[in-house]
Order: sequence, then structure tokens, then C-alpha cells
Amino acid sequence: MSQSSKRIRYVLKRLLQAIPIILAIVVLNFFLLQLAEGDAVDVLAGEAGSATPEYMAELRAKFGLDQPLIVQLGVYLKNVVMLDLGYSFRHEMPVSQLVFDRFIPTLILMSSTIVIAVGFGIILGLIAATGLNTWRDTAISVFALITYATPLFWVGLMLIVVFSLNLGWFPTSGMENFAMFYTGWDRVVDIAHHLVLPTITLSLFYLALYTRLMRASVLEQQGEDYVTTARAKGLTERRIVFVHVLRNALLPVVTMAGVQVGALIGGSVIVESVFAWPGLGMLAFEALFSRDLNLLLGIFLLSASLVVAVNLVVDIIYSLLDPRIEVS
Amino acid sequence: MTFWKLFARNRSAVMGLVIIFLIIFMALTAPLFFPADPFSLAGQPMSPPGENGFLLGSDSLGRDVAAGIAHGAKTSLLIGLLATLVAVFVGVIMGALAGYYGGFIDNLLMRATEMFQTIPSFIFAILLVAIMKPSIESIVIAIAVVSWPAVARLVRGEFLSLRGREFVQACHTIGMNDIRIMLAEMLPNCLSPIIVIGSLMVATAILIESGLAFLGLGDPNIMSWGFQVGAGRTLLRSAWWVCTFPGIAILLTVLAINLVGEGLNDALNPRLRERT
Repeated sequence: MSQSSKRIRYVLKRLLQAIPIILAIVVLNFFLLQLAEGDAVDVLAGEAGSATPEYMAELRAKFGLDQPLIVQLGVYLKNVVMLDLGYSFRHEMPVSQLVFDRFIPTLILMSSTIVIAVGFGIILGLIAATGLNTWRDTAISVFALITYATPLFWVGLMLIVVFSLNLGWFPTSGMENFAMFYTGWDRVVDIAHHLVLPTITLSLFYLALYTRLMRASVLEQQGEDYVTTARAKGLTERRIVFVHVLRNALLPVVTMAGVQVGALIGGSVIVESVFAWPGLGMLAFEALFSRDLNLLLGIFLLSASLVVAVNLVVDIIYSLLDPRIEVS
Repeated sequence: MTFWKLFARNRSAVMGLVIIFLIIFMALTAPLFFPADPFSLAGQPMSPPGENGFLLGSDSLGRDVAAGIAHGAKTSLLIGLLATLVAVFVGVIMGALAGYYGGFIDNLLMRATEMFQTIPSFIFAILLVAIMKPSIESIVIAIAVVSWPAVARLVRGEFLSLRGREFVQACHTIGMNDIRIMLAEMLPNCLSPIIVIGSLMVATAILIESGLAFLGLGDPNIMSWGFQVGAGRTLLRSAWWVCTFPGIAILLTVLAINLVGEGLNDALNPRLRERT
């Protein structure tokens, strides 16, 4: 079999493996909804002010809420497949539409965070590992330890105090300045300006993680035989590190970047609510306040699917990066 | 070398331990130094640190920030410890069963942990607390639910590697029952990694708890650091101290626990030391 058709088979196999996980999350979602006090009819009745028990029973029959649990689960699964995630009574909008509207800002925040955290993590980890036990290594390790222990929301608030309120360099909240009606390139610059503080905040924790991982990975690679060989050939240390060690040391960092996406989405709930960044996390925060459970579950489902998708992409990139991984 | 000597070789771990003791001391003596309810009005609102008798200032309702931090210490430590205990308990049972028996239960567990790795755990915790209504119990349950899979994976791995060892086979030969073999023979052999992962989990649990409280999902009757920061965020412009000091308390506590966890790792698993 040719290499490319092997690769396609591998991708298909990974896609198939993702299906049961998504399915399990949908089922989990359904049971969480059951666990909550009250159903959609209670919410409707509450919104309407008052409703007779007969009317509520009629509504339940209409929505299929009087059916056995397993039938309801079937209906729920069917709805999710059709991308119908229910209705948000607070926003008076279908949940799917709300969630997709808020998806792009979160994606912007997450991509910039991954680029910054992974990029700087690799650089700092490399600097620490190549200067093992020097002051650079110590300084970077202490920095990683502290950022690893800092709550995200607090970092965000402190950055606002220093860089927005005192220095006035960056805006305190939001994604763009609507009052200016920027278009085109100006709008991109405006969004980028708003993006700086949220990205730094969300990056810090993961930066610590990737720095430590990269440092350990480089140290591990430096003990390998191929490094000894390179040294015996008389290559300079610089060449050994950048040409030989670096690529191999990158692999675990790439894997970790995929694994951490779930945590990143969790962190974005906090960061977005600190900076009023209008993404999924901010939406989750609003849903919490208005006790909009349907919406919260929709966000949960979408973010879990996003993690599955990202992991799939990472796996495929990984198989391209490392020919040793058997794709068959 | 004794355990303590190994541990004490790591200076930063000892420092972490000292900080933890100070925080425990603060939690225990909070009712002595700050006998009043930390939610109560204690004096002039919005006092900067050091003025009007407030060591760390007061917020817009005249609540004493220092009193909140002292009383909040108990909440953070308690929830961190309880959630970790529950998670370790569940994780050890699941991991031990899966690693020991393999087969169906192992398959099921691995699928479950796979799913938990995919789910954004913080959002899951938010959902659980929102559904169960915020209280100490629901927060502990939510944190435990998102934390146990890591322990289960670890214990499963340990049990898998111990299962074929001679001393376990010897136990089978003398007719020891499965539960006794698991509890009395195998579990003590993987206690060190469990202690290390457990200590690091306390730190994570405190971070999750503070995040939940910051979002307004804390127990409304109990003072906590995350709640203080969340309540103070609207005062950022006029009273920076309300947010700043509770955040430093979280940072110090989590840092200290992480340091001790790493010290335990060095002392208990000397083989692993070169790897990190």
C-alpha cells in the first residue's frame, strides 16, 4: 500500500474513534440535563408567570417530556445530530445559533494563546536546558513555578490594574471598539490591540507547562546516542542543539499542546469573563448568571467536540512530523 | 537515608512546608484574631491598607480584607483536601480493579478516562456545581469528579506492572483472596506515586475552587479567596487591594503545595529525579 493511502486510512480510523467519545459526551449531557431540577416546561411556566398543572402536562406531552427516558434520549441524540441544541429562553434564540456566533472570538483567543504559549515555552525551555543549572535555568524555572501556581483571573485583574488603568496602554475589556466603526485593516489592528492582555493572561499558565516540558524533553534528548555521534563528528554545540536535538525534543510538546486544549477552553471561561471577551467563555459566564442550563450544556458539548477535533488534527500533524509513528 | 533527610535536601520543598504550616496556623487561629463574621461590616468602607485599623484595607461594604483572607484559608484548605481525598479514594478503587482484573472493567475504565481527558474539566465542574446548586458538598463532588481519572490511570499502571511480580504470585499460591492481595500487598507498593499525585492535586483543587468562587459558584455562606477577588473586581479602579491580597494568598498556597509535592517526588521516587 502506498504511503498516502495508508495515511488516509489512519485519518479515517482516528475519525471513527472520535465518534464514540462524542456520543458518550452527548449522553452525559442528556443525563446532566435530567439531573437538574425542573425541565423546559417549568422554565416556560416560570417565564409566563403562572400555568395550570393541566396546561403544563399538555406542554410536557407536546415536547415529549412524558415519554420514557430512553425515548427522550433518542430524541435528544437525533436533535444533536441535526445541530439542534435546544432553545435559550433568556436570549430568545436557538442555542446552536448563539454558540456558533460566539465561537469565532474564542477561536481567535485560543489560537493566539497557543502560538504564544507554545512558541515562548519552546524558546524558554531550550534556553533553560542548554544552560542547565546556570542563573538562566534557575530564573526560568522559578518563573515557571510561580506562573504555574497563579490563578488566571488574578493575573488578568492585575494586568488590567497595571497596563490598562495605570499605564493606559491597553483597553480593559471587549474585543473591539465599536464606536470607532473600524473596517478592514484598522479593525484587525483594533482587535489585536484588545487581544494582547487576554492572550498574555491565558498564555502564562500554559507557558509554564510547555517550558517545563520542553526543558525536560531537551535534557532527555541530550543523553541519546545520536547526540554523542554528532559530537564525535565534531559538530558545534549550537548545530547539535538547533539541527539535531530541537526537532526531536519538539514532539512531546506538540502532543501536550493537543492534550491541553480542553484545559485551555476551561481557562478561557475565566479569562473571557475577566476581560469581557465576547466568546464562548463569556457566554458560559452569562448563562451561569441567568441559570440558563440549556445554553451551558450547548457550550459544554461544543467545547468537548472542539477538543476532539483539535486532538485529531494534532495526531495527524504528529504522524507527519514523526515518520517513526506507524500509521498503518 | 531517612525520608525526612531526603526531603530536607530540597530547600524549596522545606520552604513550601513552612508556608503551608503558616497557612494552616492562620486558618486555625482566624476565629481568635478575627472573631467577627468575615462578611460583616467592620468599619469605614474602601479603606486603603493600613488605614482605619485595616491591615489589608476594606472593600465597598466595609468588610475586612485581612479577616476574609484568614477565614478563607480554612475554605481553600478544606475543599482542596476533601476533594483530593474523595478523588484519590475513587481513583484508587477504579484503578486497582482495572489494573488487577483487566478485561472488561479495564476497557470500560480506559474509555471513561479517555472521555474525561476530552471533556474540558473546568467547564464540566462549572456545570456540575450549577446543577447541584453551590455548596461545599457540590464543589467537593465536582472537583473530585474531574480529578479522579488521573489517579485511576496512575494506579492502574502500577497494578498492571505489579500483577505479574513474584510476591503477588506467591500470595496467590498461599491462597490469599483478591481483596487482601490488592489492599495489603499491592497498594502499599504504589503508595509513593499516589502520595505525590495527591499532593499536587490539592494544589489544583484549590485553583479550581478559587476559579469557581470567582465566577460566583462558591458556597454563599462561606468566605473564600476566590469570592473575595470576584467581589473586588468591580472596585479595581478605586480599591486595588481588595483583589490583590486574596490573590496573593491563593498564589502562595498553591506554590507552597506544589513545592512540597515536588519535594515528596524527589524523596519518594529517587529514580524519577533525573527525569524532571
